[in-house]
Amino acid sequence: MARRENAEINAGSMADIAFLLLIFFLVTTTMDVDSGISRKLPEKSEDTPEVTIKEKNVLDITVNRSNQILIEGTDFVQVTDIKDIAMAFIDNGGGVSAPKGEQPGEPCDYCQGAKDPASSDHPSKAIISLQSDRGTTYGMYVSIQNEIESAYNELRNKLALQKYDRTYNDLLKDYKDSGSAAVKEKIDFLKDSYPQIISEPEPLK
Amino acid sequence: MSKFKKKKKGLPAISTASLPDIVFMLLFFFMVSTTMRETDLLIAKPTLPQATEVKKLEMKSLVSTIYVGKSKDKRIGGDKIQVNDKIIDVNDVPSFIFAERALRKEEEVKYMTTSIKADKEASVGTILDIKEQLRDINALKVSFSTTKGSDLKSNY
Repeated sequence: MARRENAEINAGSMADIAFLLLIFFLVTTTMDVDSGISRKLPEKSEDTPEVTIKEKNVLDITVNRSNQILIEGTDFVQVTDIKDIAMAFIDNGGGVSAPKGEQPGEPCDYCQGAKDPASSDHPSKAIISLQSDRGTTYGMYVSIQNEIESAYNELRNKLALQKYDRTYNDLLKDYKDSGSAAVKEKIDFLKDSYPQIISEPEPLK
Repeated sequence: MSKFKKKKKGLPAISTASLPDIVFMLLFFFMVSTTMRETDLLIAKPTLPQATEVKKLEMKSLVSTIYVGKSKDKRIGGDKIQVNDKIIDVNDVPSFIFAERALRKEEEVKYMTTSIKADKEASVGTILDIKEQLRDINALKVSFSTTKGSDLKSNY
């Protein structure tokens, strides 16, 4: 009688088991990406020099506890209006920039705003002040921050298209992919042209 | 010799014996690369507000998350702040950040970001208190966690 060969353990179902586990892990793990609006808080320093800022260089946004928005203390607006107001304010370019050391301030040559002397002088001088109430809801606060951010982004996009034929967002993406110094320079230039100056005073009680 | 029939030689079946190995490799990859350590929320799950101008947070290992939201118990009002696995007071935020810093290399500390995951119903006062605490200890990079979407109306 022929000796029976050692029967091999059937490993065919092993793959099924492994697949089952694999699918379980694929389904249960959430690869959620954390995304959000990033902000850099101002540094705290003891000896803050007193600076006088002209009223016209400040866009005053106030939110009260019923989520109502007041701009410059007079106009009652909706969240969706803020972007246009902010853009008009930042891009106004009615005067000259702050003098850099020896050099005197120069007018904004890339601004496309109304050049209204009663509004901001230069993007580098334009300050947006966001005064909120302690009772304002966080959703409202984020919405306003988002609108301000999008105003800056759109202005940077416009300038980037004009100068480099590429939007600011594309440049950011390019920089992330390539990390080249030339792209970084462009991004820095755009950031310098429209610097984000947002001030948040103590909230109203 | 008719006793031993000549076996008909067909195409041999493709061996699937290595399939489990491949699948196991994939399995291990997923097991290792995905972090299951999503902290258990002690507060009600915050509904993040929507925003259009979102930036992805790079370098997840350098992000410390602060959750702000309502208590699970509906009878308790006010905003609760959670870090790791406990609910804390605003004044404890600095010690949390210090603890987070201690886990990182010294040269990485300046790249650390604090992600605030707050419910859209939370009050700004709480958020600004946290921001003030973060300013005090020089943790200046902050990200307000949002979901991407253009429906800003749903935020308030």
